Amino acid sequence: MAAPEIKIQIQNLTYAYDGKAALRDITLNVAANTVTVFFGPAGGGKTTLLRLINRLNDLLDGTAMQGQILLDGADIYAPGTDVAALRRRVGMVFALPLPLPGTIRDNVLYGPLRAGIRDRGRLDEILLRSLTQAALWDEVEDRLDRPANALSGGQQQRLCIARSLALGPEVLLLDEPTSGLDPISTGKVERSLRDLKEHYTIIIVPHSIQQAARLADDAAFFLMGELIEHGPGNELFTRPRDQRTEDYVTGRFG
Amino acid sequence: MKRQWIQRLGFALLTLAALVVVAPILLVIGSVVVQGVGAISWEFLTTMPRSGMKEGGILPAIAGTLVLTLGTALAAIPVGVGGAIYLAEYARDTWLTRAIRLAIINLAGIPSVVYGLFGLGLFVLFLQLGTSIVAGSLTLAIMTLPVIISAAEEALRAVPVEFRTVSASLGGTRWQGIRHIVLPQALPGIITGVILGLLRAAGETAPIMFTVAAFYLPRVPTALSDETMALPYHLYVISTQVPGMPLSVQYGTALVLLMVILSLNLVATLMRGYFRRRRPW
Repeated sequence: MAAPEIKIQIQNLTYAYDGKAALRDITLNVAANTVTVFFGPAGGGKTTLLRLINRLNDLLDGTAMQGQILLDGADIYAPGTDVAALRRRVGMVFALPLPLPGTIRDNVLYGPLRAGIRDRGRLDEILLRSLTQAALWDEVEDRLDRPANALSGGQQQRLCIARSLALGPEVLLLDEPTSGLDPISTGKVERSLRDLKEHYTIIIVPHSIQQAARLADDAAFFLMGELIEHGPGNELFTRPRDQRTEDYVTGRFG
Repeated sequence: MKRQWIQRLGFALLTLAALVVVAPILLVIGSVVVQGVGAISWEFLTTMPRSGMKEGGILPAIAGTLVLTLGTALAAIPVGVGGAIYLAEYARDTWLTRAIRLAIINLAGIPSVVYGLFGLGLFVLFLQLGTSIVAGSLTLAIMTLPVIISAAEEALRAVPVEFRTVSASLGGTRWQGIRHIVLPQALPGIITGVILGLLRAAGETAPIMFTVAAFYLPRVPTALSDETMALPYHLYVISTQVPGMPLSVQYGTALVLLMVILSLNLVATLMRGYFRRRRPW
């Protein structure tokens, strides 16, 4: 079997916010078309790392970064990078679903419209495809022009996933996407994620160890800004090499 | 038992305070209406003043105030809202932006007669615009700017920062996020600020006294370089400068000024309601 294609390379990444180190010397490869799980106790730097991969932390002041993040071998922090275009390639779903003001249709088509897509047929096709991939189409097809915030929490989160998929991204970053959801909605989201990895490279910060174990092809364990261990999920969760990983996975702390 | 009585007393005092606020407004409007309504007629609203302004109508003053308010809006809204967008969305927190904010707050406290003198110096004399509708509108606009900027910046900041993050995460540029998400959400609040600022401008006397207002000019303005009569200044003139002016004409003029301002307010409030309803939530 050929070595898996590397989608994202994180190289010697150190990152500080307000003078406090948030990430220390992280080096990590993410393989294409896999689900990679970033897990560990709160404050470990998982979310920060996620937000660095599509440069959302650009919006913050007082940050300092060393090292590199490469997407398909190209430095995403290189001068002259089109950040909007990068964010279309690397979609993001947040912990709390936040529909934008407007209808379900407005939400899904926000990204494509901002990217300048105007063709009605193409927009309709994107709407259908994204909502179907996010396992939401059947529930909303007859009310696409109703306010998005009338949806249930679980539906809103799948809408947020659909909204990111509408960009036609290559990578999908998800930050505890099911933390506010009931088990049934969580199940639906997880099922759609498993289907999605065929087309996308997925990095997810799970909201529990169980979820991490259910979803992970690869897993990376973060502790206080350091990458402790990284490897195939079935190894990391059954026979971790590092004592700290084992302690966390077996519930001795965290 | 005792606590309930204290609570009732508290509610009673608060209700009283609310009534004390409303009562003067009703009294002012009521007395102006009662004493002024007799002077109102079609002739009063649509003809030129005659006989040393003691007879005839006040059409030029009405037209002048409407034109000046429109001119103020045209000058103040783009600059004010643009400045607010810069301060709320783009400017970083530096000594410069802090100085700008401080200046805006202080500008709001400057007496209107000082704006009038400033307008005279800058627009009428230095820029040689003469006493004209342009000069008067610009002077009123400068006086209005702090109100508009503060209210609009407040309204923009009230839009949750997460919306901007979501917009960015979906490949929107900063401006696209402002244009498509933040501004529509902030619009009702911005309109409120614009209303407050413009209404104050429409009723001001001092800023227009040296920059545009004519003591007696019985014609409707036709060019931006014209002087014009205006309701507040006209009211000032007939109340203090013309002996033997019938009281009914004074109150009639005050009533018209009040009606112009209240109807501008109504239009703006309807607009705000319209945009609030169009806002998805």
